[in-house]
Amino acid sequence: MSDAYSRPVPGHVPVLRLGDVLLVTLQGDLHDSTAQQLQQDLAETISRTGVHGVLIDISGVEIVDSFLGRVLAEIAAQAKLLAARTVVAGMRPAVAITLAELGLTLPGLTTALSTEAGMELLSQQTPAYRPRGPRQESP
Amino acid sequence: MPEHEADGQLATPTHEVRDFLHRRREQIAQRWADEPLFRTVFTVSRDEAVEASKVVVDALAQVADSEQVEDPDAAGFSGVREQLARMGAARSRAGLSNTQVASELAALRPPVENLLASDLEDAPPEHLRACSTALTVLMGTLRLVAMQTALSEWQALSDRQRLQLMEVATPVIRLWDGVVAVPLIGTLDSARSQVVMETLLNAVVDQHARFAILDITGVPTVDSLVAQHLMKTVAAARLMGAQCIVSGIRPAIAQTIVHLGLDLDVITRASLADALGYALHELGTDIVNPGAGQR
Amino acid sequence: MHTAAGVEACLPIRSDMDLVWVRQHVRQAAARLGFGLVEQTKLVTAASELARNTLVHGGGGQMEATHLSSGGAQGLRLAFTDEGPGIADLDQALSDGYTSGDGLGMGLSGARRLVHDFDIESTPGDGTTVRVTCWVAQPPRPREEA
Repeated sequence: MSDAYSRPVPGHVPVLRLGDVLLVTLQGDLHDSTAQQLQQDLAETISRTGVHGVLIDISGVEIVDSFLGRVLAEIAAQAKLLAARTVVAGMRPAVAITLAELGLTLPGLTTALSTEAGMELLSQQTPAYRPRGPRQESP
Repeated sequence: MPEHEADGQLATPTHEVRDFLHRRREQIAQRWADEPLFRTVFTVSRDEAVEASKVVVDALAQVADSEQVEDPDAAGFSGVREQLARMGAARSRAGLSNTQVASELAALRPPVENLLASDLEDAPPEHLRACSTALTVLMGTLRLVAMQTALSEWQALSDRQRLQLMEVATPVIRLWDGVVAVPLIGTLDSARSQVVMETLLNAVVDQHARFAILDITGVPTVDSLVAQHLMKTVAAARLMGAQCIVSGIRPAIAQTIVHLGLDLDVITRASLADALGYALHELGTDIVNPGAGQR
Repeated sequence: MHTAAGVEACLPIRSDMDLVWVRQHVRQAAARLGFGLVEQTKLVTAASELARNTLVHGGGGQMEATHLSSGGAQGLRLAFTDEGPGIADLDQALSDGYTSGDGLGMGLSGARRLVHDFDIESTPGDGTTVRVTCWVAQPPRPREEA
């Protein structure tokens, strides 16, 4: 069921289309420019395909610094403007602890434990689970 | 000593002590074997205590030979460190305080000093004084070495116990499919909060838990540092895609948190049971009580 | 008092690519010294923030990594140096949310929270040096085998 959109250009992160969702898998250490390129690619792909969800799997990412954190937050914000929801899935404990310590809680980001859980979230008609605190959905 | 007198000059005090230790090795060992420190540690036979004493005498002689009577790092001591540590540990196990062990070590000195005094009866008084000073210093250094060794043992023991305590004190329990909990008991310090955070988040990954419950019923006080750690744990869990619930906040802790002006932006429940109930409800697994009869 | 057990490496910070090298080098050095996974991640993240500052605000520079040892404890010190415009108001630069570039304003203040020691020297017009130090936690923590 995967009509693919993979673009194995060096320095590019492949964006895969799975039905109504774009799937992005980040791996290892990302160059700043690669991350920025991805942000641009995603905006274009969402608008071209009209998908309603973006799933970013970061289980293979060893560090998220404030730059990558900002890119992720901006991807979510721009996807929202294009009527798509973004879920970031599979953040490692060490990365999450570091971000919390750094003070980057990325309140606008919807998260999931795994790609499966993320897919489930995106496929739900009702709005996904969100903490019942005073958190806002958008940054 | 006859040979010293023969060429009309005396050996240096430390070398005199060395020769004395070699010469009186057997007698010193016999006397030390009756001292509590050796007698109570080497209990198999008196010979064992004598042999152990001889090892220490030999080490002292070697240190005196190298003229390093004031140096606890002298090579001569390295051979007896382990034995001293074992002796110290055995005495501690027998319930003696550090001070008592230290005074038992000090008790080794008088018998040796008396022997030295009687050996050098005919020597000039200044020489005797110099020699017994050298011996006193040497015995003092031995005590220092023994205490150092014991201290590093205690340090290692206390580190091990702290580690064990942290592991024992932070068990992560799987309450339900997708729900883990850590019941915290006792005072939380920064190091322990860190361990709690890591253990809980690792469990979230291992158990695919969407809900992580931090139960602080057993925590007497929370200061601002600990509250911050709790907040970081909550934030980190959310980044991973799980939700934290804090349960069992005591009235006093709630007051403290408000007084500290902290904004504890987190879901709370009165008890662990309520927290589990909330998590199950969110997971779509409601518990019904069949005993209630009517539905 | 601690002794520097030797400068491990000196890496240039001139481009995007160099940031990746800095991160990889710090990760390996920290792993070699016995840092746990979480501590490694914190240190690498701090290095990434500071190296990006050096690149973006300082116009490039270098990072020097030094292995420290003090009474049995092992540590890693990272020094980031640039000859850029310097920082006029350090207090402001160190406050949360302050940004002169396009980050989230967490660079300096965030990096400071991730390390044990943080020290900054800056002369307007002359450049900036940031030194951070991390020590391997003692006793070594369990369950950080990954």
